[in-house]
Amino acid sequence: MIHDMQPEFIKGEYQEATLELYGGIRRRVLYNESEIPYPDGKLIVSTTDPEGIITHVNQSFVDMSGYTEAELIGAPHSILRHPDMPSAAFKDLWDTVNRGDKWQGFVKNLRKDGAYYWVKATVIPNVRQGKVVGYTSVRRKPSRTKVEESIKLYSAMIQQERA
Amino acid sequence: MTFKFTVSPDFTPDHLSGWYIFNTWLQKQTDSAIHLEIYNDFQLQREAIAHDQIDLIYANPFDAAMLVREKGFMPLVKPQGESDEAIIAVNADSAIQCVTDLKPGTRVSYTDDPDVRLMGMIMLEPGDLDVGNIQGVPCDTYILVAKHLLQGDADVGIFLAEAYDDLSEMIKKRLRILVRSQIGVIHHSLMIGPKLKDKKELFEKCLLKMAEETKGGGVLESLGFKGWEKVDEEEMEFMIDLMDTLNV
Ligand SMILES: Cc1cc2nc3c(=O)[nH]c(=O)nc-3n(C[C@H](O)[C@H](O)[C@H](O)COP(=O)(O)O)c2cc1C
Repeated sequence: MIHDMQPEFIKGEYQEATLELYGGIRRRVLYNESEIPYPDGKLIVSTTDPEGIITHVNQSFVDMSGYTEAELIGAPHSILRHPDMPSAAFKDLWDTVNRGDKWQGFVKNLRKDGAYYWVKATVIPNVRQGKVVGYTSVRRKPSRTKVEESIKLYSAMIQQERA
Repeated sequence: MTFKFTVSPDFTPDHLSGWYIFNTWLQKQTDSAIHLEIYNDFQLQREAIAHDQIDLIYANPFDAAMLVREKGFMPLVKPQGESDEAIIAVNADSAIQCVTDLKPGTRVSYTDDPDVRLMGMIMLEPGDLDVGNIQGVPCDTYILVAKHLLQGDADVGIFLAEAYDDLSEMIKKRLRILVRSQIGVIHHSLMIGPKLKDKKELFEKCLLKMAEETKGGGVLESLGFKGWEKVDEEEMEFMIDLMDTLNV
């Protein structure tokens, strides 16, 4: 399940946006300009079923997203979708893993408290006995240069998507 | 028939005799003839695996994918409560305060432990460093990795966390940790090959109660382990997938 974000969880001022998610889901998100640095030395790990519903998260995922494990398990992975991310990035992600390949890219994620964090993510299909049973994403700390490049690229992509 | 057992070449030298003692214990407990073959480096060990000469291996996580997916190995156990972690360290007097201070051309000392080097390189990525723009300083041991930092022949060193922690206080005082990984799910494991498949349950049973067995406790001590923990196939598959994401 995925719910609208609630003002009571947001620290400080915020903006509002409505995301049109896969499957006709609309979600109100609340976000601000506060960036949480990626923790040194850690990997943020999650696994989804073939439809992108979260089935496993590690402690770093819980800590960085601000949600409890119970809120995350069973939710679509778009629970972290930030309005500054272009749809084309996720289309590329899904097209790539559906082909059975690895996807790698930089992602700006939205936390429960409205703040955001950048990651370098690698997503792979989990193949068991020849069948794709889900997907795993492992995130690591991105370099600042790559984040700056992504900010430029994604904002240009979003402008194009809106045009 | 005699089975062949081998240990990932990154074992701590102090534990070499421990592995021979372990092999003797294991042969008695499982009533199997097992020969322990130690290889000096990963390349030689991988050649032996490729030629189907290995039946039991204490494997580096880096080789797990190949062992399971290409050679039909199955996981047995891992050392209780242990995981492989990496440390990025510099000379204590170095001007470098964090990974983002590093520049292309940085001289990085490391050993050929494949999983530690992989984790270490990932921890250097936030500084825009990768295999293409560092200057590698390969070393045979972690003591030498430290020595290069102390002598100023390398700017940063990649250590297995356990090996770093085991350095003498005198050396550690002259080094400084920039990053210590906290990954938790990457670990060595004892794995069994296709020729020993029928004995998998027997091996597992003996290993899981090793800590309580009369002689087992002492043998574990000589390996530096508290005991063994079961690794099921899904846990191994998960680790392999995770290693796979780190390899790009
Ligand atoms: C394993 C896996 C991990 C994912 N991780 C994220 C993530 O961290 N943040 C995110 O916004 N989308 C992530 N996605 C993509 C989402 O499933 C989704 O496609 C995206 O949020 C855009 O939402 P939409 O597809 O509903 O438009 C992940 C997908 C998979 C398969």
